Amino acid sequence: MTLETKQKKPDGYLMLFLALLILSVNLLLISGKMPAYYKGILGFAGINIILAVSLNLINGITGQFSLGHAGFMAVGAYVSALISIYLKWPLILALLLGAVVAALLGIIIGLPTLRLKGDYLAIATLGMGEIIRVVLLNLEITKGARGLTAIPRSTSIYLVELVAFITVIFTVNLMRSTHGRALLSIREDEIASEAMGINTTFYKVFAFATGAFFAGLAGGLFAHLMGYIAPKNFEFMRSIEILVMVVLGGLGSITGSIVATIILTILPEALRSFSQYRMVLYSGLLIIMMLFRPQGLMGTKELQVREVFRLFGFGGGKNV
Amino acid sequence: MLEIKNLHVYYGQIHALKGVSFVVRKGEIVTLIGGNGAGKTTTLKTISGLIPLKEGEILYQGESITGVKAHDLVSQGLVQVPEGRHVFPSMSVQENLDLGAYTRKDKKAVKEDLDKVFHLFPRLKERRQQLAGTLSGGEQQMLAMARALMSSPKLLLLDEPSMGLAPLLVREIFNIVTEINSTGVTILLVEQNANMALSIANRGYVIETGRVVLEGEAASLAANEAVKKAYLGG
Repeated sequence: MTLETKQKKPDGYLMLFLALLILSVNLLLISGKMPAYYKGILGFAGINIILAVSLNLINGITGQFSLGHAGFMAVGAYVSALISIYLKWPLILALLLGAVVAALLGIIIGLPTLRLKGDYLAIATLGMGEIIRVVLLNLEITKGARGLTAIPRSTSIYLVELVAFITVIFTVNLMRSTHGRALLSIREDEIASEAMGINTTFYKVFAFATGAFFAGLAGGLFAHLMGYIAPKNFEFMRSIEILVMVVLGGLGSITGSIVATIILTILPEALRSFSQYRMVLYSGLLIIMMLFRPQGLMGTKELQVREVFRLFGFGGGKNV
Repeated sequence: MLEIKNLHVYYGQIHALKGVSFVVRKGEIVTLIGGNGAGKTTTLKTISGLIPLKEGEILYQGESITGVKAHDLVSQGLVQVPEGRHVFPSMSVQENLDLGAYTRKDKKAVKEDLDKVFHLFPRLKERRQQLAGTLSGGEQQMLAMARALMSSPKLLLLDEPSMGLAPLLVREIFNIVTEINSTGVTILLVEQNANMALSIANRGYVIETGRVVLEGEAASLAANEAVKKAYLGG
């Protein structure tokens, strides 16, 4: 019987591979040969990566089933957009402030709701997301359903890439730290981790607030990329979309989230030629995926370039 | 070392513990025995701060720990092995043990303790890279105990370590409990398997419907007619 061993950490090759990928995409961008349509998709992919990785921190790594990510995104988007419109502060400050407000909200909402588990927590966070949307719909300053227009379109694709990169590096490093192990142990068995001296309440709220912070950043980037936001951008379906990316990639796998996000951002676009069957194909693919690979693309493992090499017959049993 | 005074606990309207009192002295193995729903696990959970108490006092090393959270007690040496094993299933045996030492900063002492633990549980050493979820029930119980030892406890609370194990394994687990005790760890053992528990304990308390109904030396309890009739199947 072969014994399953513990998962391997992402290797150096992966970093190199990613760097090359980003470099080649950017060369295309700089040369101006990339059509605006592709640029748009690229921007959304980057924002979705931030959202998926940060939700993975809550759902995948800490095991707390949250359905309110679009709510945090909305808070970050509106706060940063309002700052840009009315106070005309620099973009970075607006983005950071939006993210901080989202994180604070995460703490305020997390403290009472994280006592709940599983389905109950999912319902509570779903309700929270809807409350945020309804509040935005009815406030004077957010201009209700008409939404905010004339937000300076100051987000560049490079900034989205940079923030996505920071999000991924932060999450990977967090996962490998002592704090990361504490988060993982909560997912594994909350009673045992409490019995081992881990302050589970603190860590759950910490994961929730950190996830909300990055979702807020993503929201801010989104607002300044589109130039226009309305409550309908942050409906319940948005949270579901992000959740699907995380589940499809594999709960707890950062690289899985990234791969799934890229696929799920490009796929609906690529399927445009099927016109009305587009969403049927998309949903069908998800069902097939869950039937045959319920653990997601990557399971809890990380993508390893040397495994990819091995897959294509390059052998190479070298360990890094 | 541990002194429980007049513990009253409620689950909503239900009066679960009605004035439980007992003491555990340093170096002892003390066992709480009793049937289903007697209040044994509730007592343990109250000590480790998982359930709030209505009345009474819990003293650990002479200080009140009433209301102190479980995770804060670990660094003070009061460690619980929860009922039903609770290992981290998709982590390896080694990672489980590493998490046991979560609150400790002294790397060198942790390494020494790891050797000690592997000496006590050689089977875990063989399987240190295996995922904990793939271990047998007995091995998981061993791992849960080993993990608790990694936090260098002074007082170990064991909740039903024999639950769901084959008789031979139960014997083995209890031998290890005695061995752990001989290294200077005080043990409070909660068990339904009264026979086995009394055979290794110094003293015991019999709990019935939230009250201590009998107490004494383990040997005299084992010889007590009422106890024999109710718990020892004779």
